Amino acid sequence: MTDATLSPGKAVAAVKRPTGASIGPRWTNALFIAPYMVFYLALLVYPLFKGIWMSMLESDMFDDTSKFTGLANYYRLFNDKIFIGTIWNTVLFVLMTVPVFVAIGLLLALALNRSDRTSASLRAIFFGTSVLSVTIVTIIWKMMYMPGNGAIASIMRLFGLEPIAFITSSSLALPAIAVTTIWWIIGLPMMLFLAALQQIPGELYEAAALDNASRWRSFWSITLPSIRRTMLVVVIYEIVAQFQLFGQAQLLTQGGPNNASRPIVLFIYEQGFRSWNLGYAAAASEVLFLIMAVAALAQFFASRKRVEG
Amino acid sequence: MAASEHIVGRGIGNKLILLSVVLVAVIWMLPIAWTLLLSLKPNSELMISTASAFHPPYTLKNYTDIFQSSGVFRWLWNSAVVSVGVTAGILILSSLAGYGFARAEFKGRDIIFVLVLLGLAVPEQAVIIARHQMFSDLKMHNTYPAIILPGLSSAFGVFLMTQYFKAIPKDIDEAAMLDNASRFKIFWKVLLPLTVPAQATLGIFSFLGAWNDYLWPLISATKPEMFTITVGMASTQTNFAQSEGLGFLMAQAIFAGLPVFIVYLFFQKYIVRAVAGAAIN
Repeated sequence: MTDATLSPGKAVAAVKRPTGASIGPRWTNALFIAPYMVFYLALLVYPLFKGIWMSMLESDMFDDTSKFTGLANYYRLFNDKIFIGTIWNTVLFVLMTVPVFVAIGLLLALALNRSDRTSASLRAIFFGTSVLSVTIVTIIWKMMYMPGNGAIASIMRLFGLEPIAFITSSSLALPAIAVTTIWWIIGLPMMLFLAALQQIPGELYEAAALDNASRWRSFWSITLPSIRRTMLVVVIYEIVAQFQLFGQAQLLTQGGPNNASRPIVLFIYEQGFRSWNLGYAAAASEVLFLIMAVAALAQFFASRKRVEG
Repeated sequence: MAASEHIVGRGIGNKLILLSVVLVAVIWMLPIAWTLLLSLKPNSELMISTASAFHPPYTLKNYTDIFQSSGVFRWLWNSAVVSVGVTAGILILSSLAGYGFARAEFKGRDIIFVLVLLGLAVPEQAVIIARHQMFSDLKMHNTYPAIILPGLSSAFGVFLMTQYFKAIPKDIDEAAMLDNASRFKIFWKVLLPLTVPAQATLGIFSFLGAWNDYLWPLISATKPEMFTITVGMASTQTNFAQSEGLGFLMAQAIFAGLPVFIVYLFFQKYIVRAVAGAAIN
């Protein structure tokens, strides 16, 4: 598959275009992209700008009118302790999960980068949970975390320990969501790292083995430099993905206790579709957009500097 | 010799690593095993203690109850309609646009392509409130089109197909062009059949994505008969305290997870390749 996608690309460069065929630009050619562009403009570009506009309106749900209030919604947001709390919770969640996704994803990939059947089955197990929907995942983990009857509580009692009420504890609710999330989608970083590891030429390791280099040494000086690009892809992808935490928090903890595990998207959802403060929710969604863009860009530039320097 | 000792040492090390990964894998499966076990127990026993899950009697009653009473089948059907709709739509739009961006020249094409790529950076949350408003204005919520259409605006498929079309050697379509075939005919008859692997990748991703999508169907479909299975399972668990019972809920979870898990097992090879391929590009 990788060969099939990559080698024709190389062939293109090698083949010189015959000069005989006159293939000029023609407006009818644009008809190929027209169907997609309709959806792109109507359901992505238009709502993006409409969202920015809505974030500057104060809507009155009683007579269905709204008036322009400029940046008032944003001003209100930054004085809203609950919203500031959701930013903090979300950042904390990203910090809890992204390094673990990278570390465990890479460890699993290193351990399972072989072609035997056992490794294939193990890969299937770790990736298999990712195809489940968030609602099934949270049902499963509710049964793990339940203080009275849950699996973890039962195991703790077996060892004579007092069961912990994970999802109703303000300090453990967010970590509990993080554990669930890692269990759910560790398969993707693992697969991305596996793909990168398989691209490293075997001769490099053979040469290192002849030099009697230790496993640790060859990991440090061959493996790690070779997968640097994938590492960046995984980090940026996971930052963006985990900033969008929603379903796990909504279904496991409802953001509680006392807002301790309420992420930004849950705040947007509740303001927008439970309290119908559409302008306020739209403003919060623009703030999230901005934070995500800054986080991803910062990571991108930081790593580029590291590569160059 | 030192080198062979080294390799022997490595062999033992490998076995230890594999053993620890197997151990982790067992822990990884524990939550699902626990759910499966609970789903096989009568609700009345679980009410007293879930520890009863470790010994018989086991029963399939929770599963047979699904066939009689719950909305699960309706939701599965809705999910199937939505996922097939999204997948078909994305494949058609992305193939056409991919060919257009890769091969058909017209004024402003490259600028438009860059703009489309920028769309990849827009998260769903940044547009979801306005989208909801739009579909409200059109009075379209609680319909299949409302759940399906927003998914078709994603730029990911266009990007993927454009890359794929670009990788096809140009002399293939130029030969057809010399035969005076129309652009569409070249696209349809000559190039499209060559993109089947990419279609498979994109199709699987789109299907799983649509099947598991939660936020948009949650706010668009508010009537239980329009729930997708993902939203439906959310509604059962939020009021599960007064619901039909723990074992029944677990059986629903297992049952709802089955279709997509079967898809996964069936297409596993392609999914793995798809992820790997997406990583390398």
